[in-house]
Amino acid sequence: MRVHHDIVIVGGGLAGLRAAIAAAEKSKKLSIALISKTYPIRCHSVCAEGGTAAVLREGDSFDLHAWDTVKGADFLADQDAVEFFVRESPKEILRLDNWGCPWSRTEDGRIAQRAFGGQSFNRTVFAADRTGFHEVHTLYERTLMYPNIVRYDEYFMTNLVIEDGAARGIIAIELKSGDLVLFEAKAVILATGGAGRLFGFTTYSHQVTGDGMAIAYRCRVPLKDMEFFQFHPTGLVPSGILMTEACRGEGGYLRNKDGERFMERYAPERMELAPRDVVARSMWREIIEGRGIESEYGPYIALDLTHLGEKKIEERLPLIREAAKKFAGIDPVEEPIPVRPVAHYTMGGVHTNMWCETPVKGLYATGEVACISIHGANRLGSNSTAECLVFGRVAGEKAAEYALSTELRHVDDDIYREEEKRIFDEFLGRSGDESPYQIKKELNEVMDSSFWIFRDGNGMKEGFKKILELKERYRNVEIADNTRKFNTDMIYAFEVGFMLDLAEAVAAGAIARTESRGAHYRLDYPERDDENWLKHTLAYYTPDGPKLEYIPVTITKWQPVERKY
Amino acid sequence: MKVIFNIRRFDGEKDYWQSFAVPVFRGMTLLEGLFYIKENLDGSLAFRASCRMGVCGSCAVKVNGKPVLACETQISSVNSSKLDIEPIDNFRVIKDLVTDFEGFFRKHEAVKPYLIRNDDNYENPVELIQTPKQMKSYYTFSLCIKCGACYSVCPAAATRSDYLGPAAITAAWRFIADSRDEGKEERYEAVCGDNGVWRCHFAAECSEVCPKKVEPAKAVQKMRIRTALHAIKKVIL
Repeated sequence: MRVHHDIVIVGGGLAGLRAAIAAAEKSKKLSIALISKTYPIRCHSVCAEGGTAAVLREGDSFDLHAWDTVKGADFLADQDAVEFFVRESPKEILRLDNWGCPWSRTEDGRIAQRAFGGQSFNRTVFAADRTGFHEVHTLYERTLMYPNIVRYDEYFMTNLVIEDGAARGIIAIELKSGDLVLFEAKAVILATGGAGRLFGFTTYSHQVTGDGMAIAYRCRVPLKDMEFFQFHPTGLVPSGILMTEACRGEGGYLRNKDGERFMERYAPERMELAPRDVVARSMWREIIEGRGIESEYGPYIALDLTHLGEKKIEERLPLIREAAKKFAGIDPVEEPIPVRPVAHYTMGGVHTNMWCETPVKGLYATGEVACISIHGANRLGSNSTAECLVFGRVAGEKAAEYALSTELRHVDDDIYREEEKRIFDEFLGRSGDESPYQIKKELNEVMDSSFWIFRDGNGMKEGFKKILELKERYRNVEIADNTRKFNTDMIYAFEVGFMLDLAEAVAAGAIARTESRGAHYRLDYPERDDENWLKHTLAYYTPDGPKLEYIPVTITKWQPVERKY
Repeated sequence: MKVIFNIRRFDGEKDYWQSFAVPVFRGMTLLEGLFYIKENLDGSLAFRASCRMGVCGSCAVKVNGKPVLACETQISSVNSSKLDIEPIDNFRVIKDLVTDFEGFFRKHEAVKPYLIRNDDNYENPVELIQTPKQMKSYYTFSLCIKCGACYSVCPAAATRSDYLGPAAITAAWRFIADSRDEGKEERYEAVCGDNGVWRCHFAAECSEVCPKKVEPAKAVQKMRIRTALHAIKKVIL
């Protein structure tokens, strides 16, 4: 089957929804397809809890937000993009207000803000601790007002179509029917999210398998800074479910087994509200030095909210209370929550400039799948939802401008037929003696041991070898289900293939980078090395493994200085 | 300890029951049990899952006759060594536990579930004032995750497949009760038709099964009162 639209957006999360609205606002004449592998309101953005950063009130300033972001990023962020980002974020907050988002309010009815890690002003706008959920629902509802946004729910992208150096569309499987659909378009926006399921202990939804990143990478679009992966300090033990940074923003403490607020020793000024890389590293240090609290699920750190009182917890952190009760059997009003650092955010992604343009004409990337980069080596809490809103809009507008100035080119039938053959003749129902589930499990084990919070050269080289072994075994993977309709077995096998390629890019970048910066911390190179490494990594796909190149970081106002909190 | 997962399966043509023995650990959820089967016993088992923390609304299934979110239901809480697991009712089954939500989402769209304002200004939005008290009047209803549990037990939906259903009517009420909204009249029209609020049987089972305690039955009730007043007003004026 073949359909065509002016713009195809892949991914129905925050960034994709915002891009769709922006493109629809640009022109009523544009036909916009919004394709997602789940229903949009089932995307991973709904799991964002704590809030969205924006400069709204007196006392705060764009420069302060930008400086916090650049310093938090350990100076790897592109400062021109950061300066643009902080200026645009407030308007997005107000738009969502006008579209129905139930922002938490002050007594006089104005939009409230709370404290967050690494942000030196209380600038995080929030909707209780369900910020992402309400943002997604608000944007989704808003898309229903535009007749030129056409949704394709539960379509799984298998490939991008790029011809003569320009994007021509995408190919996807409609899950319900099992039909393969070629979407022809003048412009394609990738908004498929991060790659968090690379790791076993993770806050991510099951669906976040880096599809868009991997497909772009295989189509020779470079990935940037993949070695930088964020570990959030507080994942619920044992499930990894996110316990928002807002727990600490609202005044929660982290304690070790002696009851000590150990952050005093690591970040005396910001304490629990230092940036995530600093807090996660400190917690990990406590754990490996034997000051974690022992449990049947391994050692953990106590996230103590008991002093906040029931009223505040109910009002500001109701989801946290519900989740802690349901998934750990603990009421945070009564006792501390067991937490451990957890894989949480992909700082790297598809290489774009600050207008979400990739090196391929007509191909845009936005949200977590993209690396613009405003987060550099470490993202600040509440900057990711803000990024999705600001740069979702940018991607939508840029794609719209491009689509309005270009003609649709039809894709050759051969491309569709080849993809059909690759999927339904060669992949579907194939026999083999490797289980995709087993390969995924072992991949998670490698990532959780070799590419976790503390890394070192030897461990990473071992890990890299293991990833290559898994890739080799994957060639012999079995797909037990040979039917077409809603074949989640085959989809899973696709996803594991994507993740193996991405793991390789993460590993190659991490081994090559012989310094510590932000979330990439090496025991064998514990210092930041600006002389050699103040630069972005670009990983290019080749059949023989990733080829690495480097490009400079854009610096406008802020030279790198020592990073203390 | 092992628990029997007795699953009602459907392969597109025939439906049948199949049993799997699942080793259970303390705190294990129903969803983890389903993944255990998929990863170790039968990769072809189809079910939906995403966030695994009760926010995305993907994984509603029927367990021993009652719709629940698989991700936030502990196996031990069902208190049985054998679980009958089925797709939720009132939805067409696509495969195994996966049901067709397209109609459900179309009904949601039909009630105009978005804030309507006369001064909609995309380029230059301004901050609107809404006190915490004003927000309280609709907030609970904004927590619906569209999992379909309410619709699956609704007797009105069972007899009339075009009935808008509790989730859609709740969405309409959520915006009508929002002090920032100016589109009430349009929404009354959308829900007062032959397939609208008057079809509700007042069974209130929807509120009972809602995993997020959204109270759709209450929203439908409030909606009926307002719609009635709206109809009377239309006749008088």
